[in-house]
Amino acid sequence: MPQAHLRVWRGGDDGEYREYDVEYSEGMVVLDVLHLLQATAAPDMAVRWNCKAGKCGSCSAEVNGKPRLMCMTRMQLFDPYETIAIAPLKTFPLIRDLVTDVSHNYAVANGMPEFAPGPPAPDGDYRMQQIDIDRMQEFHKCIECFLCQDVCHVIRDHSDNLPNFAGPRFFVQLAQVSMHPLDEHAKGDTVSAGFGLDYCNITKCCTDVCPEGIHITDNAIIPLKERAIDERFDPIRALGRRLFGRGDGRSH
Amino acid sequence: MPDYETHEYDVLVIGAGGAGLRAAIEASAEGARTALVCKSLLGKAHTVMAEGGIAAALGNVYEQDNWQVHFRDTMRGGKMLNHWRMAQIHAQEAPDRVRELERWGALFDRTADGRILQRDFGGHRFARLAHVGDRTGLEMIRTLQQHAVHRGIDVFMECTVTRLLKDGGESGAVSGAFAYWRESGRFVVFRAKAVVLATGGLCKVYSINSNSWEGTGDGHALATWAGADMIDMEFVQFHPTGMVWPLSVRGILVTEGVRGDGGTLKNAGGERFMFRYIPPMFAAETADTEAEADRWYNDRINARRTPDLLPRDEVARAINAEVKAGRGSPHGGVFLDIASRRDAAYIQRRLPSMYHQFRELADVDITQVAMEVGPTAHYAMGGVRVDPETGAATVPGLFAAGEVAGGMHGSNRLGGNSLSDLVVFGRRAGFGAAEHARGLGGLPHVDGESLELAATEALAPFEAGGNENPYTIHRELQEAMQALVGIIRTEGELAQAREQLGTFRERVQRVRVEGTRQYNPGWHLALDLRALLTVAELITQGAQARKESRGGHTRDDFPGPDAHFGTVNLVQRQRDGVLALREEPLPQMSDELRRLFEED
Ligand SMILES: Cc1cc2nc3c(=O)[nH]c(=O)nc-3n(C[C@H](O)[C@H](O)[C@H](O)COP(=O)(O)OP(=O)(O)OC[C@H]3O[C@@H](n4cnc5c(N)ncnc54)[C@H](O)[C@@H]3O)c2cc1C
Ligand code: SF4
Ligand code: SF4
Ligand code: FES
Repeated sequence: MPQAHLRVWRGGDDGEYREYDVEYSEGMVVLDVLHLLQATAAPDMAVRWNCKAGKCGSCSAEVNGKPRLMCMTRMQLFDPYETIAIAPLKTFPLIRDLVTDVSHNYAVANGMPEFAPGPPAPDGDYRMQQIDIDRMQEFHKCIECFLCQDVCHVIRDHSDNLPNFAGPRFFVQLAQVSMHPLDEHAKGDTVSAGFGLDYCNITKCCTDVCPEGIHITDNAIIPLKERAIDERFDPIRALGRRLFGRGDGRSH
Repeated sequence: MPDYETHEYDVLVIGAGGAGLRAAIEASAEGARTALVCKSLLGKAHTVMAEGGIAAALGNVYEQDNWQVHFRDTMRGGKMLNHWRMAQIHAQEAPDRVRELERWGALFDRTADGRILQRDFGGHRFARLAHVGDRTGLEMIRTLQQHAVHRGIDVFMECTVTRLLKDGGESGAVSGAFAYWRESGRFVVFRAKAVVLATGGLCKVYSINSNSWEGTGDGHALATWAGADMIDMEFVQFHPTGMVWPLSVRGILVTEGVRGDGGTLKNAGGERFMFRYIPPMFAAETADTEAEADRWYNDRINARRTPDLLPRDEVARAINAEVKAGRGSPHGGVFLDIASRRDAAYIQRRLPSMYHQFRELADVDITQVAMEVGPTAHYAMGGVRVDPETGAATVPGLFAAGEVAGGMHGSNRLGGNSLSDLVVFGRRAGFGAAEHARGLGGLPHVDGESLELAATEALAPFEAGGNENPYTIHRELQEAMQALVGIIRTEGELAQAREQLGTFRERVQRVRVEGTRQYNPGWHLALDLRALLTVAELITQGAQARKESRGGHTRDDFPGPDAHFGTVNLVQRQRDGVLALREEPLPQMSDELRRLFEED
């Protein structure tokens, strides 16, 4: 059986890395090895997980410094003699061991604009084309692992920005609402205003870590930014907004 | 009595999967002050893992489809043990619930004329499952979650309920719940006029299963401890296709959509063996040659369906038999081949997450080679006995919906019928609970003694005299259930299981955990073990009593269905710590509905 040498963060902010040697079996992922540890040397080690198949986004952590889903990180990725360092997400306040307080994300979610469809066709069905669905599905694939939130320098190194910056996951959600073929919000900055899109300087770090392969920057953030600019410089639409009071898409 | 915080609501919903979210949305829409509690973060419940789709007779692909056909398929899939009224309501209301999801923002794949596309699944006569690739559950839970957070529902996440609280009166009414925050370990008391259980499944009681850590049957146990009737607990669905290799992924689900989209099961000799396992009940509508089966994918009218898509119990037993006969795959499963039958682009488009799952976890490219699959414990048909109209349990103030509720699926659930069940009966239970709450004046009393007991028992693992490790007990309990109360059961093994469960019960008392109350998974598991043990007892007692084979319950010593057992449900109820079982005649459907089965 292969052996692994792990360094795992234990405790809270005043905690420390602890070293563990574990024997594991072929095909295992990092999360499996942590479960082995829980069953033996570290029964109280805190770690989140649910699906163990990359579908729920619970098991996010930083493995050798890289934000990853532990259930999709196979042990064979590492050299047999390599020390594997496992740390909690840095951007969020630490609770204990590998578990962080991600409640900020849920608070942002509560303030997202709600999807607002127009009426269906007379037969009660909505009509949409598969081609539109295919384009939109990318945004719906988000498993809320918050790895993109973790890696984004706007909040990673500046927690004071948290109140003003929704973060890449939520830019994906804004894109989801504003590009939904049935949504009737005024598009563009009327939807995305107030979420701190301007802080983003398109470094693409979020896109690099997304386990769902969502092109967060190219397909969500940049189009949202472009629409916002179009609107700002389009006096007729701006006027229409004032006249019809559709300035804030969130007031539904 | 240790410290605790108290919250007061009209309706408390326990569980934030599809059923709990839909119940909370409805209760809140009815004006009830509503709380939603869940063990994990919001949006991580089991429902997120559902792959294949949600069954509803929309008739978009085959206009011959309607609720009567769906109802008939569901009853036949459940071998007629289903509560007919639940199956009827389900078939009638599922289409509206699917359209409602779309109105709330869900995107489903489309037909050429822009309507919701439907896919084939086992036991469904027509292509019936609305879907989004193979990640329908994610779409559903995110839609409900995003809708719910705008409805002013209070969400308590990472908060685990360990006991229902009662009012201490004669009727034994439920008046709230006792819980702990996972983060701090501190206690929470919910006082509520009505409680909805939507806690999902229990398959974590088996070692090979498709469930997440949450599937410990908490709701099944909470209801049992509160004295509610439990029904059909002997029926556990072993999904025929779980991953078998590498060992660490054993049990993870491979969606039935693979077969719906053209995949076929083969044994080590390359034979499509399902043709040898067509049971008489389905012979008339199942293809008996490979040519006919292959034609069926494009021609529903002149060809009969492939036996690869027989109901799950049939397919799981067939795979089991093939492996036993020595015709299995290298790692103890059989082959599921779509690579040689559909082109790579089609497979990647239709089954993106299966493609990803096998590539990442098993180094297998499913567009090039066959998968290895075998049965995995997947779904509990049995659960809390409920009133079909309102979801009310037999204890006043208690409601249940989703996988934790029993009756809807009889002895075997058809694929896709769970997601629809969640929204159809989640909505009804939410409504029923709100109505019940309206009928009460103030908050019901909470019995002080039961509250104190709940606190003491929650802390016991820190104080117990023993040295049992919760992880070890969990593993051994799973192994015992897998070996003795698994897919194929016999009297001798069931008796052995009952005996072992007695020993496990003693050991659970001696579980001791290390560390503090702050986010301590060892402690959490120690508490979950009690639920698992109760669930194991319910399943085993039911399995022993049902001396026949039907649906998700197969007895080697009683290999066929039995006329008498075909007319009764097994009902279990705990009184003074003793679990008693009785037979009850099936509820009778009207002659009009019965005529739907006459052509059989
Ligand atoms: C891999 C997989 C694929 C599937 N695919 C399909 C499919 O394609 N189609 C289909 O119809 N069905 C499918 N199913 C079945 C279906 O997903 C489940 O039956 C269904 O999601 C259960 O939903 P639920 O709302 O009842 O509970 P769940 O979604 O399981 O949610 C249970 C909730 O209860 C909470 N909870 C549990 N215990 C407690 C407690 N003690 N205190 C507080 N909260 C608690 C949990 O935290 C969770 O929020 C699939 C299942 C799996 C595992
Ligand atoms: S592209 Fe923008 S949102 Fe993404 S990591 Fe960079 S700054 Fe953050
Ligand atoms: S966008 Fe990608 S990285 Fe960000 S939360 Fe969603 S799945 Fe995770
Ligand atoms: S456990 Fe669900 S994504 Fe890792």
